[in-house]
Amino acid sequence: MSAAAPGAAPVRDAVEWRLAAPLGLTYVVFFAAPFLILLGISFYADAEQTRLGFDSWVKFYTDAFYLKVIFDTLKLGVFAVVATTILAYPLALVFRASSPRMQRVLIFIILMPLLTSVVIRTFAWIVILAREGVINQTLMGLGLTATPLNLLQTELGLVLALTQIEMPLMLLPLLAIMNQLDQNLIDASRALGASKWRTFFRVILPLTLPGWIAGATLVFASATTAFISQSVIGGARLVYLPALIWQQSMVVYNWPFAAVASLTLLFTVLSGIMALSWLGRFARTT
Amino acid sequence: MASQHTATAQAAQPLTLDGVTHSYGTGFAVDNVTLEVKGGELVALLGPSGCGKTTLLRIVAGFISQTNGKVIIGDRPIDVLPPNRREIGIVFQNYALFPHMTVAENIAYGLAARGESRAVQAERVAEMLATVRMEGFADRKPRQLSGGQQQRVALARALAIRPRILLLDEPFAALDKNLRLDMQIEIKRLQRQFALTAIMVTHDQDEAMSIADRIAVMSHGKIEQLGSPVEIYDEPATLFVNNFIGSSNLLKGRVVAVGPDGYRVELDSGAVWTLASKGRFETGAAVLVSVRPEQMVLADEAAPDRLPVALKLSLPIGGALIHDATAAGGEDIKIAVPRRPGALSTGPGTAFAALAPHARPSLFPATSS
Repeated sequence: MSAAAPGAAPVRDAVEWRLAAPLGLTYVVFFAAPFLILLGISFYADAEQTRLGFDSWVKFYTDAFYLKVIFDTLKLGVFAVVATTILAYPLALVFRASSPRMQRVLIFIILMPLLTSVVIRTFAWIVILAREGVINQTLMGLGLTATPLNLLQTELGLVLALTQIEMPLMLLPLLAIMNQLDQNLIDASRALGASKWRTFFRVILPLTLPGWIAGATLVFASATTAFISQSVIGGARLVYLPALIWQQSMVVYNWPFAAVASLTLLFTVLSGIMALSWLGRFARTT
Repeated sequence: MASQHTATAQAAQPLTLDGVTHSYGTGFAVDNVTLEVKGGELVALLGPSGCGKTTLLRIVAGFISQTNGKVIIGDRPIDVLPPNRREIGIVFQNYALFPHMTVAENIAYGLAARGESRAVQAERVAEMLATVRMEGFADRKPRQLSGGQQQRVALARALAIRPRILLLDEPFAALDKNLRLDMQIEIKRLQRQFALTAIMVTHDQDEAMSIADRIAVMSHGKIEQLGSPVEIYDEPATLFVNNFIGSSNLLKGRVVAVGPDGYRVELDSGAVWTLASKGRFETGAAVLVSVRPEQMVLADEAAPDRLPVALKLSLPIGGALIHDATAAGGEDIKIAVPRRPGALSTGPGTAFAALAPHARPSLFPATSS
């Protein structure tokens, strides 16, 4: 091959930013612009959008009912994260110890719920949780309870359903990192005299924390915004921010107030995610 | 050094493997291995990958439960103990330092697991850092250390718990060649200083030869030969050991007579040698004669005990000149002769190979392979 012509500009493998233009444009038109409009609407004082003012914000953040909705939404996200964590870690440890063949079977079982729509999974939970549902009939059949338990339209029932529905989101990142963990580190801990529990808390947990944070972020974000599950299982008795937004915008037609609730939901989810990534700074994995 | 007194205070305990067997579904990973490692002795398990040496090490550590047989430290069977109660120090090939902990936290890990106080931990960490000459590295993370430094920390961590047995899993495999000798000396020094009974797993014969008191050569889950490095090298018990340890020339031949000073063997290449052997051979038996390259010499003239060889290539490797040649019988052989300063490689030609005066060839039945 001939040498490059003298004086020719060196060929640089520069990043071609224009490749990102289609997605960037879509983002600007369908997210950034609506977001600004939403922010603008929130500063109308009345439902008819005739006056500007902070009335909607003030009304939302001074009413104990709405503050409780924020708190309940946050609490639901935290409960979903806690429940999925408690179930996911033991399963991840089992997965890690399984043969590659068994791991493929487990992955299939874990992914299966994702192949079904959230609506169908939610309605399946109604069948399970209802007064004449699977759980109540079993409990009554065993004579453990005389009257059927109220599971639908309760926080417990909703957390149960969400835990199953969101489980893959927690498991997938956790399994990925769990499988990469060097077995020698676990063996070293054991040989140095650490019990299995100590090994879990001192070695396995800290080294898999990044995977847990990724999973917890996904579970928190999707549990707090799970409009369908919250409405169908929670019903009218349990009100969370997504249902409030729907009600204010589609039933009451108070768009400024709905805008405030929307932005509040956004900040609620963001605050949860930021808290988790802040926790990630303490994950001293390297 | 204060550490020397405290460390040598406890007597080294022997480690006994009694008929240890480990089988996977179809075959044996470890097949009825019996091995007695004396107190304070370093035994190397040497063999190719898949020979069962690592499985054996993991059985001793308690990471695998053997199918059969006993592991005994001192006079106490430890098979029923989980790994965390065996008091065994282990150094892994990749060191397995906890990446999220500092050097000091790594070394203190085993002490913390034993519920030692912070003061005791700090004291022992300082002592161990001094022992492995890593003072000043206490607050570093493992990734900030070189391979050799990581290994020193791994040793310090293993020794901090005052183990009864030290297990070394391919301890030098991940090190630069130049560092290996330093670390071999270091490990030998620490093993002596702490009077530790130790087992080292390796596939590298040079490592095993340099620091082991005895070597157990393993193949297919069994110990082929157990002996001192010199015995293993000079008197390989089987053809496998012979071929695995060092390089050797295999010459085909036939026993023509059995005399008081050994077997008279006529080589296919022509020469007749009288060879002593512990093996038993009938007159007329086909045999393989193994001669190390450095136990052969070259001459210019033919003689009854010399075999004609066609020299192909000669390479000056350090102080030796290695001749690559083909024997009259068709075998490829190598002959290493001391190189005179200034001597250059010689070209192709015909020469006559004989045994050096100190040569101790080994005899094997030709049917074994």
